[in-house]
This record gives sequence, C-alpha cells and structure tokens, in this order.
Amino acid sequence: MGVAVVLALVVIGSVAFHLLSPWWWTPIASNWHYIDNTIIITFWITGIVFAAVVLFMAYCLFRFRHREGHRAAYEPENKRLEWWLAIGTGIGVAAMLAPGLVVWNQFVTVPADATTVEIVGQQWQWSYRLPGADGRLGASDVTLVSAENPLGLDPKDARGQDDVIIQGDQLHLLLDKPVKVLLRSLDVVHDFYVPEFRAKMDMIPGSVTYYWFTPTRTGTFEALCAELCSTGHTYMRGGVVVEPESEYRAWLQQQKTFAELAAAARAQARN
Amino acid sequence: MVDVPSDAAAPLSTAEVEDVELYHPRSWITKYVFSQDAKIIAIQYSLTALAIGLVALVLSWLMRLQLGFPGLVSFIDPERYYQLITMHGMIMVIYLLTALFLGGFGNYLIPLMLGARDMVFPYANMLSYWIYLLAVLVLVAGFFVPGGATGAGWTLYPPQAILANTPGQSWGIIVMLVSLILFIIGFTMGGLNYVVTVLQGRAKGMTLMRMPLTVWGIFTATVMALLAFPALFVGAVMMLLDRLIGTSFFMPAIVALGEQLSYRGGSPILFQHLFWFFGHPEVYIVALPAFGIVSDLISTHARKNIFGYRMMVWALVAIGALSFVVWAHHMYVSGMHPSFGFFFATTTLIIAIPTAIKVYNWVLTLWRGDIHFTVPMLFALGFIVTFVNGGLTGLFLGNVVVDVPLSDTMFVVAHFHMVMGVAPILVIFGAIYHWYPKVTGRMLDDALGKLHFWVTFLGAYLIFFPMHYIGLMGVPRRYHEISDMAFVPASTATLNGFITIVALIVGAAQLVFVFNLAWSLKRGRPAGGNPWRATTLEWQTPETPPAHGNWGKTLPVVYRWAYDYSVPGAAEDFLPQNQPPDPRTA
Amino acid sequence: MIVIVLFMVLMAMLAGWWLSHQRLAAKPWLEVGIIDEARDSRPRSPQIAKIGLGAFLAVAGSLFALLISAYSMRMSMADWRALPMPIGLWFNTGLLMLASVALHSAVIAARCDEPGNLRSALLAAGVCSLAFLVGQVLAWRELAAAGYFSAANPASAFFYLVTAIHGLHMLGGLVVLGRTTVRSFAAPQVSGALRLSVELCAIYWHFLLLVWLVLFSLLMRWTDDLIEMCRGLLS
Repeated sequence: MGVAVVLALVVIGSVAFHLLSPWWWTPIASNWHYIDNTIIITFWITGIVFAAVVLFMAYCLFRFRHREGHRAAYEPENKRLEWWLAIGTGIGVAAMLAPGLVVWNQFVTVPADATTVEIVGQQWQWSYRLPGADGRLGASDVTLVSAENPLGLDPKDARGQDDVIIQGDQLHLLLDKPVKVLLRSLDVVHDFYVPEFRAKMDMIPGSVTYYWFTPTRTGTFEALCAELCSTGHTYMRGGVVVEPESEYRAWLQQQKTFAELAAAARAQARN
Repeated sequence: MVDVPSDAAAPLSTAEVEDVELYHPRSWITKYVFSQDAKIIAIQYSLTALAIGLVALVLSWLMRLQLGFPGLVSFIDPERYYQLITMHGMIMVIYLLTALFLGGFGNYLIPLMLGARDMVFPYANMLSYWIYLLAVLVLVAGFFVPGGATGAGWTLYPPQAILANTPGQSWGIIVMLVSLILFIIGFTMGGLNYVVTVLQGRAKGMTLMRMPLTVWGIFTATVMALLAFPALFVGAVMMLLDRLIGTSFFMPAIVALGEQLSYRGGSPILFQHLFWFFGHPEVYIVALPAFGIVSDLISTHARKNIFGYRMMVWALVAIGALSFVVWAHHMYVSGMHPSFGFFFATTTLIIAIPTAIKVYNWVLTLWRGDIHFTVPMLFALGFIVTFVNGGLTGLFLGNVVVDVPLSDTMFVVAHFHMVMGVAPILVIFGAIYHWYPKVTGRMLDDALGKLHFWVTFLGAYLIFFPMHYIGLMGVPRRYHEISDMAFVPASTATLNGFITIVALIVGAAQLVFVFNLAWSLKRGRPAGGNPWRATTLEWQTPETPPAHGNWGKTLPVVYRWAYDYSVPGAAEDFLPQNQPPDPRTA
Repeated sequence: MIVIVLFMVLMAMLAGWWLSHQRLAAKPWLEVGIIDEARDSRPRSPQIAKIGLGAFLAVAGSLFALLISAYSMRMSMADWRALPMPIGLWFNTGLLMLASVALHSAVIAARCDEPGNLRSALLAAGVCSLAFLVGQVLAWRELAAAGYFSAANPASAFFYLVTAIHGLHMLGGLVVLGRTTVRSFAAPQVSGALRLSVELCAIYWHFLLLVWLVLFSLLMRWTDDLIEMCRGLLS
C-alpha cells in the first residue's frame, strides 16, 4: 500500500520537477533548434512511458498486494499482448530515431557558403585561426610548433601567410553566417563547447575534426572544454562573440596575420 | 498441462547417478582459504568486491563534497579530484559490479541452480579468485605509489592518460593497466568455468528452457564478457607499451606544454574503439545478470510465474548479441566518419525494444500476482523504477544528434549512474537479502532492511534525477567545480549542495546494511531451507547452508520449469523444480 | 574494427546454430517430467575438457581478431612504413606446420594405442615447437640488428607485439605438451586421460597454426589489398 503511494509520488514529483524547476537549457543562439525539438519529442515520449509504466506498477502493487487466502493467477504468457507492446515500442522508438537521423544528416552536411574557422586546443587554452584574404587556411603540422609558431603553420605554404591568428582573445563570429569549425589539438583530446550553440565535437590530436552552425543571436558566450584534458580541464574557458558585420570588420582589422607575427618574432630575436 | 509418460517421470534410484569426481579439502586452509568449492569462492569474491566497493563509496563522498561545497575540503585539488573520479569509476564498474555479479553470484548460483555439485574446473575457479584479489591489491596500491593513483578518468583516453601533467602519470597509470590485465586473466579463468558448467554441468532434466532467468542472465553476460574483455586487454597492453617503451600505438605527434614529444602518428581513436568495444558490452555484462536476478525475485515474491519466459530468454540473447554492434555510440562526438552515426544510432535504439519487453514482462508479472512486500521484492521494484528512468534517458544519448549537446555533460553522469549504477546495485542488495538465508542459514533483519531500502532508493533517485537537468543546462562532467559558469543560475549551487547531502545520507545507509550483514550472521532469525517458498533448486538442498558437494548422495532430477508458482490445482502455491509430477494427474 | 566485427558475426552464427538445437521455442510450463532422456546428464570429462578448450579458443580468437583490427586501423595512418620480413619466418612457418602434423599423428597413434609412435610424435612436436620459438627470437634479433627495433616505427612495434602474444600462447601450450610427453613415457599403455591430453594439445596446436598463418599473411602484406577493400567499404 505504502509502496504504491510512494511510487506514484515519485512519478508526480518527477513531472513536477520537470515543469517547475528553474534548471533548463540555455537560450539557443544557433540554428540547431532542430536538436532542441528532437529533445522535446524525446522528452514527451519517454516521459509518457515512464509515467505509464511506474503508475501501472503502482496500481498493480496496490491492487494485487498480498491478502490472506488470495492466490496469484496462472498466466505463463500472452503472445498477442507481448507483440502489441513490442510493436508499440518499435513505433515509439522510430518516432524518436527518424527526426534524430534527419537532423543528424543536416548536422554533418556543411552548407557550401560556410566560412571556415579553425580552433586549436592545447592544455589549457584555445587559439583560433581565420583564413586571410585568400579565403583558405594554410597547411599545419604539430611537429612545426615552436615558441614563434605556436599553431604549427607551415611557413612554406603561401596560403598560410595571410591567416589571422588569435591567441589569448575571444573568437568573433559573424551573425547569421554559417561557419564550419575545424578542430585541431596539439596535445590531448579537447572539446570546444558553447552550450548556447548546442553543437560540439572532440578535437583529436593527429587529426582534424569539424562541425558547423550558424550563430543566430548577438552576444558573448562562454566556451568550455567538454573532454577531460587533465588538471586544468575545469578552467579551460574561452569566449565567442557573435556580432553584426560592421563590428566584426572593426575587430578583424586589429588582428595580426601569421606573416606579421613571424616578422615580429624575428625582429624580437634580432634585438 | 501435457505430461510426459509416467515411466519417464519416476525418480531415479541413487545408483544411477554417479558421484562426480569432487576434490576433497584436507585442511582448514584448503577448505576456507585456498578452497576450490564454488560456494566459498563466491563468498570470497563477494566480500572482496563489497569491501573495495565501500572504498569507492567513500571516494564518491569526497567528490560530492567538492562539487556540493567547493573548497570545504581543501585537500581536494583538481589533481586529487581526478584521481577520485578515476578510481571510483573503475572500481565500481569492474571490480565491484562485474566481479560481484559474475564471480560472486555466478559462482554461488550456477552450480546450485543447475543441480551440479560444483563448477567443472574447480582449480581454475580458485585461481580466478586469487588473481582477482591480486588485481584488487595492485589497484589499491595505486593510492600509495609515488604520484598517487591515475587521474585519467575511468575511460583512460590517450594521449591524456599517459602524458606528464596527468595525475599518477609516473606510476598510477602503470599500476592501473597491470591491474586490469590481471583482472581479465583472472576473469577468463572463472568465465570459462561458468560457461562450461552451464553447458555441461546441468542436472538430469534441466533443459536450457528450464533454467531460471538468473542463470540465463549470468550465462549470457559471461559469454559476452569472455569475448569483450580481450578488447580491454589489447588496449591496456598497447597503452602500457606506449607508456613504458615509447611506442606510438595510440600516441600521435604531441606538443605538451611547449615541448615536442617523440611520439609519432598513433591513433587516439583506435584506443577509443578498443575501449568501447569492451566498454559497451560491459554495460550489459552488468545489466544482464541484474535482469535475470530481478526476474526471479519478482516471480518468487509475487508468487506468480515470470510473465513471458520465452520472450525473456530471447530478449536476453538478443540484447547480448546486439550489444556488440553499438559500441561507437560512445564516440558520436569523437569525429569519426559521420555515416557511422546513422548506423550506430539505429542499432542503439533497436536495442531498446528487447529491453522494453523485459520491463513490460516484469510489470505484467505483478499483474494479478500475490505480492509480498519483502525486502528483496522492494529492491526489485526499486530497480524497475530506476532502470526505466535510466533506460529512457539512454534514448536521448543513443540518438546521435541529441547526444551532440548532451555528451560529456552531467546528463551523461546522471544517466549511467541511474541505469548501471543505482539499478544494478539495487538488484545486488535485493539478491543479497534474498539469498543470504541460503548462504548463512539465517535471515537478514527485516526492519533494518526496509530502512536500508527506502533511504537507498529514494536517496539515489533524489541524487540522480535532478542531476540530469544540470547536464541539460550544459554543465560538463569531470569538472572540479560545476557552478561557476556564466550560463548557470546561482540556484544551481544550492541544488549541488542538496545532492551532496543526500549522497552522504545514502552512503551512511550502506553502513546499516554492513551492520545487518554482520549482526544477522549470529543473531538473525534461523531461516530454514526454503524461507521464501521458492521453486528453484538452490532452495531444495538437503542442508542449509549447502554442504560441500551441494546435494548429499543423490543429484536432484528436474521435472519442471523454474516458475511453477500458484499452479491451479496444486496444494501449495509453489512446486519445486525437482518435485516429480503427481502420478494421479499423469 | 571490421575484422573483429566479422569474428563476432562468426561467433554469433555458432551460438545461433547451437541455440537452434536447444528447443528455445518450447513452452516449458507445459512440459512436466524428464524431457531430455537422450542427453546424458552426467558430466563426462573428455567432453567437458574439449568444450572448455573450445571456449578458451574463442576468447583467444577474439584477442587475435582485435589485434588484427588494431593493426589494420593503425596501418592506415600516414606514418606507417612496412618492414622487410626476415626470410626466417618462412622456415618458422614450416616448423609450426610440422609440429601440427606431428601432433596429428600423435592423435592417430593414441587412438590406435601405439605408445611408441605416440612418444616419438609428441617429441617431434615439442622439438618443432621449440625450434619455432627459437626461430621467432632469431627473427626478432635480425630485425633489431637491422635497426628496426625502435619504438618509433609502428610496424615493428606491431610485429613484436603480435609475435610475442602468439609466442606466449605457444609457451603456455608447451607446458601442457611437456607434461603430456612425460606422462606418455611413464605409462606403458595409452590411457583415456592421456589420449584426451594429446587430443587437446593437437586442437590447440592447429589453432595456433591457423592464427599464425593469418598473422603471417598480414605481416607479409598479402592482405593489404583486402584491408584496403574493407576500408573502402566503410567510407
């Protein structure tokens, strides 16, 4: 009896917590509201199943609790019921999987007009690289990394000379412009994660990974590392500023290219 | 009911059943320490696993103190914090859950439930335990070696796991890998035993479809474990070589804190594949025995046959097979080829169907039952609630695109604790309350048991249910502090403090359980041979606790399936498996 | 990972074949009484030992399939430089085949109860196996002398790893084979237990030979095209 009531209260409490608690996802700032929608669908389906199963169980516990002289029914199986339940479950699963796969297809299909940005992770900071006037990023290799060449760009690659390199600053992005983020790591696995953008992907040393999104809201967003990268993991923060064209151009003007930074480093070495 | 002709049903005379060759212990040492009796080995496995589990519980308290009240315990700096999470995870998943379900329950229940005198290879079985104990000791040594235990996270992802600024890089990681290798060798010895005993050691009349679901669960899980653990073995050996002699299996070219390392060209993803090829089946290696045991608990204490036994068996086998083709759902955000996402999301969500069928059948077993709210039954019910909850959140994470924002957040932590932490541990408790009378001859105290259940079940739910929402906000896992992000409302700190306090209370409730185990050993109510009036063979032994050889002179003969509860027309509401058919109805 | 997945499919087919003979569709609640009269329920040690060995070979097979999977994945990385294989490996392969053949004839001798032939066959198998191991060590030294024993080269790291793990399995087998040989000299006739030991050794050696042949073709790069094809299928 008491057990049945408690189980019912668990369901009611869970639903109430879901509806009333102040803890919910951050307001979205990218085009991936599709992901949010899929989560909502999943919440509905799983929530209904959870409530139905546990409430039905609570009812059984109340209705069929042991009483003197009472005896359980004898029912080895019920093929029809089992098949219907299996089919129903299959439909529920499909209802979650189908939108999920559709959205995944969008997630892995980068639009042709996306601009490229590179994010490089290392213990425990983020650096960024934007293609210069030629619109293309130059080649890079971890083995080329040195104090003067912190991101390991290939000095012989002409396409890399005009690449804009940003260290110790926030990444700025253009509002409403799709961006393909290339991810690289110099040491361990990191993951550049801005909760408001929903998208993320690990950066694996030795390979280049990517994802894409379109920022849809101006503002400054905190970036976190979402893959354990040793003791500084918690504090490996960065920032992304989403802004309209004019402000973005003004910011970009102030940034240094790879060639400029290399020249400055050489000058410093000579002194 | 269709009865087989009655001449087949006549009990066999003693002479027909050959006394199998049993080893005979000669001294106290060979009887209780280096014992080859599966029951003693089971108790050794269980006590060792529970002891190391208590250590992991204390580690979780420290972690929660840091998360709930940052800075309160000043010695938990990030380095120590990562050592805590790593050891907590590894101990709980491998050294507690795997060892207890297979080494503990498997050893005790397989021979008894199948009507065998012992495992088929008793000597290897004994070695299995001692190697396991050695693995545990080596693991614990990690706390004391210079530099302390490894802080690489239980997934031990390279390159991080073996790089210089990871805690425990000098010794801790080596000790951990050696311990895992030992564990796998020891487990393989035990696992071969369990499998071959199920295949060859069954009593006369014990067909596969008459086996209790507990044995089905442990059997399927063992087969999976035998095939999956080699992946961890290969990964551990290769990582050990990377760490010790500088090979580059997993290590690409790396600049660590400004310095070029000599590694070249290795593949961190290769390790992830190997790890999860073991790691995902591992989830079911823990879950399937729990599924089996909970089926038997529900059936016994609801006095009703398990609903849809055949479907339950097929579902177990199907889950076991499918779990080998879902591993990469742990790697959706690891940058693998996007088309894999489609494949693994589909297989992962398909596995939900047999799993859901099992849940329905547990609940339908309750329908029109005669439900006794004994302590084992309470734990079984608690399992259903937490397992359904944790299983359903698995549908979020298995659906590739939903996993993108949620992966590596506290949502994942909440999910897997609910589904493979809390749920199987509730089953372990239920199983201990259920079989303790057989092991010791005495009942565990009922009032303490109920207290233990309510605090553990409600407390665990209060810990992990709200935690999903912290993750939904975007708070990553494995953070030394989880409430200082710009997007997190201040109230989250209160919630974290609340979770920590509940965790401390739940932890304290486990001490009640430990006390109950010790106290009831001498003071508990005498249980008799079959206190739950159950049908399966382990309750029909001539002596309780069962003597060496289990069955006295005559091996039992099995005449019926394991679930003849409340059979219409029978005098009692249960018919033991070795009860011959009534000649009048034949 | 395609190799291990194929291996698992094979295991699943085996398990499925076995399960299909276990009346999984029976309705056990309708059947009361003894229903498996045909099955001899008393555990018989030859069958138990063989099934035990079979289960162990499945585990070892999984281990080697995983190693091969890892090998083929690592091979696709840019820095892979193939090794020149020592010519001695051919000779070693021959030795292992001879050991397998010797054990096969040992089984025949044991079945026909010819203790003399059995002893010489067991000795021959032992000698060939030891020679195989010595040959493997020589191959290691030859590679090391040629400067390939460097941690930096993944191909040589894999070569040492897979041959070492294969060799360790053979060492374990040699312990059992040694004991069996000693027993064959002690016993005037071929007892049932001895015959069983010989059979188990033979099965194990055939398995080791099979694994070695797969590894050998991998090391000799005959399977490169096949691996390339599998990779093409995946992407």
